[in-house]
Order: sequence, then C-alpha cells, then structure tokens
Amino acid sequence: MAERSDPGTPATPIVDVVDERLGRQSWYQRLMVRPDSGALAGVVLVFLFFTFAAGDTGMFASDGILSWMTVTAQLMIIGSGAALLMIGGEFDLSVGSMIGFSGMMIAIPTIYFDVPIGVSVVLAFVVAMAIGALNGYIIVRTRLPSFIVTLASLYILRGLTIALSILFTNRTIVSGLKEYSDDSFVASLFSAKLFPGFFQWLADNGIILKLPNGAPAVPGIPMLIVWAFALAVVGHVVLTRTRIGNWIFASGGDANAARNVGVPVSAVKISLFMATAFCATVFAACQVFEFGSAAADRGLLKEFEAIIAAVIGGCLLTGGYGSVIGACLGALIFGVVQQGILFAGAPSDWFQVFLGAMLLIAVLFNSSIRRRVTGER
Amino acid sequence: MATAMQAVSPREEARPEGWGRPLIEVRELTKHFGPVVALAGVSLTVSAGEVHCLLGDNGAGKSTLIKTLSGVHKPTGGDFVVDGKPVTFSSPREALDAGIATVFQDLAMIPLLSITRNFFMGREPVKRVGPLSFMDMDFANKVARQEMRRIGIDVRDPEQAVGTLSGGERQCVAIARAVYFGAKVLILDEPTSALGVAQTSMVLKFIRQVRAKGLGVIFITHNVRHAYAVGDRFTILNRGRTLGTYAKTEIGLDELQTKMAGDKELQDLSEELGGTV
Ligand SMILES: Nc1ncnc2c1ncn2[C@@H]1O[C@H](COP(=O)(O)OP(=O)(O)OP(=O)(O)O)[C@@H](O)[C@H]1O
Ligand SMILES: [Mg+2]
Repeated sequence: MAERSDPGTPATPIVDVVDERLGRQSWYQRLMVRPDSGALAGVVLVFLFFTFAAGDTGMFASDGILSWMTVTAQLMIIGSGAALLMIGGEFDLSVGSMIGFSGMMIAIPTIYFDVPIGVSVVLAFVVAMAIGALNGYIIVRTRLPSFIVTLASLYILRGLTIALSILFTNRTIVSGLKEYSDDSFVASLFSAKLFPGFFQWLADNGIILKLPNGAPAVPGIPMLIVWAFALAVVGHVVLTRTRIGNWIFASGGDANAARNVGVPVSAVKISLFMATAFCATVFAACQVFEFGSAAADRGLLKEFEAIIAAVIGGCLLTGGYGSVIGACLGALIFGVVQQGILFAGAPSDWFQVFLGAMLLIAVLFNSSIRRRVTGER
Repeated sequence: MATAMQAVSPREEARPEGWGRPLIEVRELTKHFGPVVALAGVSLTVSAGEVHCLLGDNGAGKSTLIKTLSGVHKPTGGDFVVDGKPVTFSSPREALDAGIATVFQDLAMIPLLSITRNFFMGREPVKRVGPLSFMDMDFANKVARQEMRRIGIDVRDPEQAVGTLSGGERQCVAIARAVYFGAKVLILDEPTSALGVAQTSMVLKFIRQVRAKGLGVIFITHNVRHAYAVGDRFTILNRGRTLGTYAKTEIGLDELQTKMAGDKELQDLSEELGGTV
C-alpha cells in the first residue's frame, strides 16, 4: 500500500500556482518555525560572548577547541538519543546510571573473568539495550509515566552497579583495563585518534600548538567526536527522512491517534528506549577506553544534561516536536559555556546559574514556537 | 482511490464483480468497558457497493461499534466476520491491512504535524536507495494536495501543521486520507459535523463515488437528510442494541427520523419549535 507509485489523475489538474492566501514567507519566517532556531541563536550569542570574554585565553586554539568539543561530543551522544525519545513522548532518567553500569559491564568481565574485551563490549551493549527495552515495555504496558518508571531504574541501576562491583571486585573504581585493551580493535573503535599524521604536520608547520616534546597539542580527532557526529547524523536522518521518523513524531504527538491509524506505537517507544541505552553505552565505552578504567559513579546527573540539551534544542517536554540538530546545538552551548567559564577564569559555580537560566528561557521560547506552529493563541 | 473518478451515478454504471457480497458481518456483538455495557448485542451486515447508515442518539454505541470494526477495541463477545472469515483484529493496523479505513469521530490527527505527515501517518510511501528506505516526501506532498483538492479544499501548503487548519479542513484531511487508503470498507463517523455546505455535498458525492467502485461504506450521521440522500440501508442503534435494519424502499424520511430518536415523541417538540426540527 505504502509503496504505491501511481497517484492517479485528479479530476481537476493540479496547477502549482501559489495560493493567494499564502503570504510570501521570508527565510526568516521559515527559520522561526523550526524547532532548532532558538538553539542556533543561542550558539551565535554564546560564541560572540566568549570571543570577547575569553578570546585571548586559548579557548579557540586547537587544544582549547578540543576541550569544549569533548564536552560537547559527550553530550551530543546522549542528547541525540534523549531528543529522539522526547519527541517520541517519553523521558529516560536512567541514562546516567546506565553509563556507570555499562562501563562496569565492560571492565569487570574483562579484568576479573578473562572475558575477551570484544565480547565484554558486545555484552555490555546487549544487556544495556535489554534493560532499555524492559523500561520501554513496562511503560507501554502499564501506561505509567516514563518519569516514574525510569526514576526507579535510575536508582536500581546505580545501586546494582555499586553493589555488584563491590561484590566482584571489592572496589568501586576498576582500573587497569589498558593492558587488556591495547591494540585491540574495539579499543581503537572508541578511543583512537584519527589522522595523527595530519595533526603532526599541522603542528610541524605551526598551524596548531606543539608541545615541548614535539607532539601536537591535539594528537588527532578523537573517536568520541566521530561517534557524536555519526549518531547525530543517523538520528537526524531517521527522524526527518524515514517513515520511522514519522512514527516517532506521531507517537509523541498523540499516541492514541497514531495507534488508531496503524502506527506501531509500542514498538516505536520500546525501540527509542533501546536507542537511548545504546547511546549511553557508547558514551561509557568511550570513557572507559579513554581512561582505561571504569567507576561506579560515572555518568552522575548526565540524564539531566541530556534532557537539558534536548530542551534547549527545541524539543517539547510534551513530545511530538523537536529536532536532533537542535539537541546537538544545545550540547554545543553546554560545552562552550562550561569550558568557556573556566577559560575566562570565572568561578565555575556560575555555570549552573547560567544553565538554569538557559533552560528557563528555552522552555519559554519553545512554548511560543509551539503556539506559532499549531496556531493556538 | 488511486484511479480517476468520474461523476457517474452508480445506477448507470456497470456493477463491478462481487456487488452485494457481504464484506463485514457482525452478529450479537457485545462490548463492555468494565461495568459499562456500551454494546449489548448488535448485528449488522455491510455489503459491497452499499452505503449503510448507522443512526441513533448520542451514546447509543455507534462510535463504539465502528471502533470495534476498525480494530481499536476488541469485542467482548459475538461474531465478527470479514469476507466470510472470522477475524479478531488486535490493532487498527490489522484492520487497515484488511482494507477497512476509518474516519474517527475525533479524527485521529496530530496537530503539530503537517498535513502530509498526517495524511500518510502509518502508511508512509517509501523510496529505496540501496538497502535504505526513505520517506518519499515529494510524492506524499503531491498526493496529499491532490486528494485534498478532490474533496474541494485547496491546501495552501501541504507542509502546514494540521493544528492551524480550521475544524472542517481538518475533517477533510481525515476523510481524504480514509478514502485514499480504504480498499474494501470505508467507515465515516460523523464526517460532516463541522463541514460547510459545499464540502458536505462534496463528501456526500464522494460517498456515492466510493460506493460506485464497489466498496462498502458505513456512514454515521445525526442528519437524517444526509443519511437519506446517500444511504441504501439504515440500521438504528439504541442503548447498545440494534432496533432494526431498513432498506431505503421500506422506510420514509419521517419514519426514519422518528426511529432515530428512539421513537420518542418528536412531534410535540417539533411543533413547539415551529416545525424546524
Ligand atoms: N472507553 C470507554 N470506557 C467507558 N465507557 C465508554 C467508553 N467508550 C464509550 N463508552 C460508553 O459507551 C456508550 C456509547 O458510546 P459511543 O461513543 O459509542 O456513543 P455514540 O453512539 O457514538 O454517541 P455520539 O452520537 O454522541 O457520538 C456511552 O455511554 C459511553 O459513555
Ligand atoms: Mg460517536
């Protein structure tokens, strides 16, 4: 049915005249009804601000860029998942706990049970996504708010992570993974630095900073950033260009209406919970292989950061509206401001004040966009 | 709905094969919502090439019945036969796959989504690029616009959010969608309640055209004139039961109206209001 190719001939031929009731929309008006326009404006403002406030501090030199891009990329990874889920009408508060849990799932079997590192990683992804599916299943079956169900899993997972790591290893920080992971393919998948030769060349030619020992200050593009962009692109394309994207919008917009016209709402929501679990595990894997260790308290409060990025990026808390690009811009604002405050030498406590204010402004802005799109007054 | 529609009366046209064959049959269908008995035993047959009007007062169970037929509710008891085979739909998607398309009373529209995305919701056209499949937005926009024009609405921009449309325009999107996807049976739950005169007659004309193609139509309305204008048979529901089914030849407009109101004495009221009811 859906693959039908012949639209038939209408009784009256369709002449594509522009309707006289349709005023010409300027690019500005078109921009204003996009969910991510607010975040874009925020990015511009934040960059302008820090160019003046911290322009001469090395914030925009290669290693400065790497520092705020790392924060941004981490948040892009979980923010993209959170945005898709929020557009689908749900939240996942267990993302932060999932990061700690997945990290331990990679480290403990490898170090204490001689499981090959590749198997541990695959296992971590499978278990995390199964937990995500369970979250989703409980929510679609019971129709309980995802806020409560995933709040429960936030505590259960965090508690399990600490309890199990003490049980198996008698500690909450498991280190020494480097000797198991060196030269392995999975390790480089999550922690390699791409194009080291190119960056060496840049340093040799004085384009980027060179350390006293001759190595470039930025050794290459970290896989973390590659993952962030890959996930963002996939998320964006799925959301805007595929039928699954339409199902996500529909499920979040009005689950009942969507179900009544044949959208597999339950399957969509469960898959979205699995996707956020996947993103959390990517985040965890990048961290574990970067540091060579896992800690039971990793990822604390990350669930809120992911939700903040999505909301700053224009996702409505009520679902059915938003964009992945917006969430990525939200992550960029987050990264630039968090690191920018450090570069500018201001006390870092101001970051939280800024974050709260930004969130409030974003929510107000979003609800006005929503009214414009739906024509409510 | 993909083929061109000529404005021919169904009586003059050569009848497609299988005309009059029963498409949907329900016998003694019951539906309980906890302690609430919404349907207490409903029987109904809809045949190919027939417009079957479902009439009755508010709360009679009309919407509950058609929601059961379209897979939204599971019946509590009774038989439900489609094309001679007993069915139990576990989701609206299965009913759609069986060729039953419905315009729900609440329209099942998502205000934040565009006309096109609503039109194809759940049945998105795809185009393949290698192993990937993408939503074919150009095709979808074209069809949405064209089907809306058929029903007499010129959409300004198919990317416009449905929330910004007028109530009647929204209803037209829902009708155009169901007509486009209805392969066997088209169910319309009060489709004309918010429509202007021109759009209403367009919808009634549509119903005739759909019948002419051999589909079965279930048409729910509170307007007895609309029902009488297009209906072949009329089933009256009252308090969750069928009071009876009448062919158009058996019953006149006035009698139908009286029955619709559950045989209450409308006459007095009508006189009080100056004969306008
Ligand atoms: N989900 C539900 N839970 C409980 N009761 C319900 C439910 N759906 C319908 N009912 C009840 O079933 C009865 C029939 O409702 P229904 O919507 O089918 O009426 P209707 O004939 O379509 O009326 P109207 O002409 O006003 O649309 C009503 O009394 C209603 O309260
Ligand atoms: Mg009703």
